Amino acid sequence: MKKLIIATAALALSAGMALADTVRMGTEGAYPPYNFINDSGEVDGFERELGDELCRRAGLECTWVTNEWDSIIPNLVSGNYDTIIAGMSITPERDEVIDFTQAYLPPDPSAYMALAGADVDLEHGVIAAQTGTIQANYVAQSGATLVEFATPDETIAAVRNGEADAVLADGSYLEPIAAESNGEFVILKEVPIGGGVGMGLRESDQELRAKFDKAISEMKADGSLNALIKKWFGDDAQTWE
Amino acid sequence: MFSFCADPSTLEGTAWLACYLTTGKHLAFYASFGTVLLLLAVTAPCALALGFLGAMAARSHFPPLSWLGKAYIAVVRGVPDIAFFLFFVIALDQAIEWIRHKTLCPDWTEPIRRGNDFVVCPAAKMPLSTSPQWVHEAYGFSLAVVTFSIVFGAFAANVLYGAMRSVPWAQLETAEAYGMTRRQVFWRILVPQMWIYALPGLSNLWMILIKATPLLFLLGVEDIVYWAKELGGSKTSAYAYPHPDWRLYYFLALLVFYLGFTRLSEIVFERLTIRLSHGQATLGGEALRKAAT
Repeated sequence: MKKLIIATAALALSAGMALADTVRMGTEGAYPPYNFINDSGEVDGFERELGDELCRRAGLECTWVTNEWDSIIPNLVSGNYDTIIAGMSITPERDEVIDFTQAYLPPDPSAYMALAGADVDLEHGVIAAQTGTIQANYVAQSGATLVEFATPDETIAAVRNGEADAVLADGSYLEPIAAESNGEFVILKEVPIGGGVGMGLRESDQELRAKFDKAISEMKADGSLNALIKKWFGDDAQTWE
Repeated sequence: MFSFCADPSTLEGTAWLACYLTTGKHLAFYASFGTVLLLLAVTAPCALALGFLGAMAARSHFPPLSWLGKAYIAVVRGVPDIAFFLFFVIALDQAIEWIRHKTLCPDWTEPIRRGNDFVVCPAAKMPLSTSPQWVHEAYGFSLAVVTFSIVFGAFAANVLYGAMRSVPWAQLETAEAYGMTRRQVFWRILVPQMWIYALPGLSNLWMILIKATPLLFLLGVEDIVYWAKELGGSKTSAYAYPHPDWRLYYFLALLVFYLGFTRLSEIVFERLTIRLSHGQATLGGEALRKAAT
């Protein structure tokens, strides 16, 4: 009987260990090439590939979940998933609520994009940005009129239909759009905001954070992270020294 | 889907469209119509049952029960739907996890609330983080059903409460004069006759429920509006099927779906009204009687 109890306890314990090893990765799934839902309905993009590699190196089993950008932090702290890996820039405001790993992407300058030929006043015009992003903060402080949208795609649509004069977003998100627009859109100006992109975790989850930090350091050291950045963001993208 | 879809960049015209409309993402979009219909099919009876209980409680002769029923109707009808959906669901989810934590991990000494974090032991997670994705989706879906039922149940309770008071009083008195107990009067005279008075209100609620289904996305369930937005958004060459902003076409398809569905509902409600009017002391019932003679 005693043996049975010990065996059950051991089983329960090992089951508990197995449970702790499944990490749910939360992302937005609407921000190519960082992360997006591909045509077969799966999460794809730079962060999918990076996340899978980090999990492999850290010996974790990972599953992917999407959540809209607006409520991505509240759902992390209430435990619906364990990490945010969604092109999220590390900022002091966010750092008060959640913790970040070291940056896996160097600071990427943000860019203004407008219709070609339009005369846009970036200081006082109407600028579109996604809700809750560093770009939205920047526009609000710059003196221009800010219009916010829930998804990145809607900010582009707002410029196209004239609701906003220009859109401010990460340069690497806007560049392919401008390049493939057949001259409809042009990049106007780049502004250096943001302090690098990292993975967000709950503040009480230090152990997991350390694991991912270690895996990111490894990938930086052996050059595989730079290769991945070049694959998704082009050869001109900023890489790690 | 089709064998010629292997390399989308070489396709053109109808072949491209055929492949595009059968991608995994589109199949998920088509399946989400089923999700919405399933939600309606499950929620409507639940809300009606809850409404019936609420109305019964509100007209009870036992004061605390009556207060409970009336408070339910007043509070839930008064709170904005969106606030209810955002707050109640997170609270419900955390309450379930808290109870599981207390029963499953009694040895756990660390606090559950740490600053902003809500942390329960892995075994108390609902659903477990090891569960496959469909379990998470089913759980989210059931939370949605519960929330929709509570919200629409309150409105239904108010409609049914009014309908119960509309049944001609003389009929109930007559039944009592025949020696029926209060319970018998309720089940044999009042309930069968109240539906004709409740029907206009209930059909309104049904229409509003159909149109409220896009709130599903607030609860993390991927419904038709979510997919229409996602599929219709402009796509760069990061995707296999790049295209400009096509949201207009996708939302037009949703418009057709919703209009068709509400029209169908109207026809069903019209037939139901005629059926329930038989022998009733209402204008509709009188017209039926005259037509028959």
